Amino acid sequence: MQKEMAYSFPDEVLKHVFSFIQSDKDRNAVSLVCKSWYEIERWCRRKVFIGNCYAVSPRMVIRRFPEVRSIELKGKPHFADFNLVPDGWGGYVLQWIAEMAGAYPWLGEIRLKRMVVTDESLELIAKSFKNFKVLVLFSCEGFSTDGLAAIAASCKNLRELDLRESEVDDLSGHWLAQFPETCTSLVSLNISCLGSDEVSFSALERLVDRCPNLRSLQLNRAVTLDKIANILRRAPQLVDFGTGNYAAELQPDVFSNLAGAFSSCKELKSLSGFWDVVPAYLPALYSICPRLTSLNLSYATIQSPDLIKLVSHCPRLQRLLFLIQVLDYVEDSGLEELASSCKDLQELRVFPSDPFGVEPNVSLTEQGLVAVSLGCPKLQSVLYFCRRMSNAALVTIAQNCPNLTRFRLCIIEPKTPDYLTLEPLDAGFGAIVEHCKDLRRLSLSGLLTDHVFEYIGTYGKKLEMLSVAFAGDSDLGLHHVLSGCESLRKLEIRDCPFGDKALLANAAKLETMRSLWMSSCAVSFGACKLLGQKMPKLNVEVIDETEPPDSRPESYPVDKLYIYRSVAGPRFDMPPFVWSMDEAVKILH
Amino acid sequence: MAFAKDLNLDATELRLGLPGTSDESAKNQTPATLRSNNKRALPEESMSSNATASKNCNQETAPLPKAQVIGWPPIRSYRKNNLQPKKSEGEISGIYVKVSMDGAPYLRKIDLKVFKGYPELLKALEDMFKFKAGEYSEREGYNGSEFVPTYEDKDGDWMLVGDVPWEMFTNSCKKLRIMKGSEARGLGCVV
Repeated sequence: MQKEMAYSFPDEVLKHVFSFIQSDKDRNAVSLVCKSWYEIERWCRRKVFIGNCYAVSPRMVIRRFPEVRSIELKGKPHFADFNLVPDGWGGYVLQWIAEMAGAYPWLGEIRLKRMVVTDESLELIAKSFKNFKVLVLFSCEGFSTDGLAAIAASCKNLRELDLRESEVDDLSGHWLAQFPETCTSLVSLNISCLGSDEVSFSALERLVDRCPNLRSLQLNRAVTLDKIANILRRAPQLVDFGTGNYAAELQPDVFSNLAGAFSSCKELKSLSGFWDVVPAYLPALYSICPRLTSLNLSYATIQSPDLIKLVSHCPRLQRLLFLIQVLDYVEDSGLEELASSCKDLQELRVFPSDPFGVEPNVSLTEQGLVAVSLGCPKLQSVLYFCRRMSNAALVTIAQNCPNLTRFRLCIIEPKTPDYLTLEPLDAGFGAIVEHCKDLRRLSLSGLLTDHVFEYIGTYGKKLEMLSVAFAGDSDLGLHHVLSGCESLRKLEIRDCPFGDKALLANAAKLETMRSLWMSSCAVSFGACKLLGQKMPKLNVEVIDETEPPDSRPESYPVDKLYIYRSVAGPRFDMPPFVWSMDEAVKILH
Repeated sequence: MAFAKDLNLDATELRLGLPGTSDESAKNQTPATLRSNNKRALPEESMSSNATASKNCNQETAPLPKAQVIGWPPIRSYRKNNLQPKKSEGEISGIYVKVSMDGAPYLRKIDLKVFKGYPELLKALEDMFKFKAGEYSEREGYNGSEFVPTYEDKDGDWMLVGDVPWEMFTNSCKKLRIMKGSEARGLGCVV
């Protein structure tokens, strides 16, 4: 009876129904219902997200999903952001592009994060995909402005080019001039990462002029303040704008020109950039502040009073990223101001301007965050660098903000205890995981024992990503996390005394996760080999730049360990300092 | 999975090795310098106690002088670099250049500032890529070597490493390439 119902819809109808299902999770569920749904679904899946480029091979993706139009790939582990992953580790996109060039002629969107992209890859994209629309290179490296020139020249309908936080070899600013006169389709352009002093500004102006749909534009630091007005007047429809340099000698005509240009942008909701800020020019923004929902001042080296004055003009702010200056001013009071004026705040990020300063001129403490937690009930996402914390403060924050989904706290000095009681911060973080039932991402810091992991294992049922550093006492800590956190996908650990026991006892758990990173811990080479042998669906990779791990006793701890599930088997592009623990792979000396 | 059922854990007791394996007493491992990597470890082989391992780890986690812990605090290099006021290249610590070698599928990066002169640089390159550059002479360059270190200078020209004074080299070198000896002819090293 039920079988009949399943087959009573012709494929076309089912296909149409499936077209409304966009989320990967739902599509994956659909494909498991029965064989025919699997078949229909795989032929009409248009978007694929691959969180680890080594978890699957290009060929496998192409075989299962023959009609993909949009692909997103992530490469290096997150800790690569902090220089823990040596250069040359991997994450090359070329092979993916080469295979997709043949299989997906209609591929329109490529989004990459932490991957190595060469000019050759970009040139291949430019010539292979006639309908190419979106290229996002987030935190990528390996390419130059030559590759960008190829993209600009060939992609007639390019809508989005976003190079955020990528490392680009700046050979020439003239790549911008490669966009043909007929290209009018740009919607989003982010070149904020480019260092070139000679971004061809005239080419940029002409490009902005002829793209009436341009909504998002992020300039690079080389673009000076006096040029901003020119750009804005050509693009008053902008929604999201990143300035370049925001410094110049105060001149009344420049100021009024700038203020006028900003106020003519009636749709502007989001601002960023602001390198080298001259505070006298901040009031030029006042006219648009009431509309702003997102403000990224995390590169703006301005002092607290100017920051607060600006922010107090932005009552609708939902997202605020800013840089805290270590100054004589008490920055906490600034955050209190923020808490009283920005009731809609959902995301707060506070970065340190002087992370390596030996003497903390304490101007920002836990009090600022407590104030924001009290005043901003919609707070969901926090990234906070500070130099001291207390359990009491964390408990208060947890109780004030039960809707937190992301909480990343970095107490700058490792193993700093509660400054009031000198106890570990176990109870504080415990309160966070207990009260914030939807917490998906957590980063720990400060003095922490195995107890904090017991809390995390007990309460962190929705936790997907956990970052741990200089914490814990024994394998028990790691065991609590691996055995308790049901939703865990990514776990990254550095400098913790976690060894073989917990890892081996929870080996099966690793197949349910995307990846595990452990560096400067106590996992022995022998345990890595054992894992590699016993768990064929895991790639167990040992990273050691000094000497081969097998030149030392098996009980010796490995320097860095990266374990990830994969249906593609061990990879073939490992550099000499990465050893695969797969049985079948000859480990090179 | 079956593992979960086999686990015999209470709050404090964990078993060494995978579930199903026996928990032998710790064995001392002899240095395995000549051990083949393909040798299959016995299933019953237990991991020796973590005494050595944790000792090493404790040393590593002992408080280090500030600014010596790599990657801490966790701030992206992109952000760290962008906080500096704009300076000319080389003023900020380190002159990082990419190094490629013909035939190797990956690039490396080195900081030219850490070397005092050519001998140190060449030794580092030889170690990194496992080759021998041979002797440099003004007249004949690296004549006879299988691999030859070259670099691209500010004008975009490919030059032989060693031709110009060291200071001039570090100021003008944009990237390094270790070429096959046969391809390096014509870089001005032939008499």
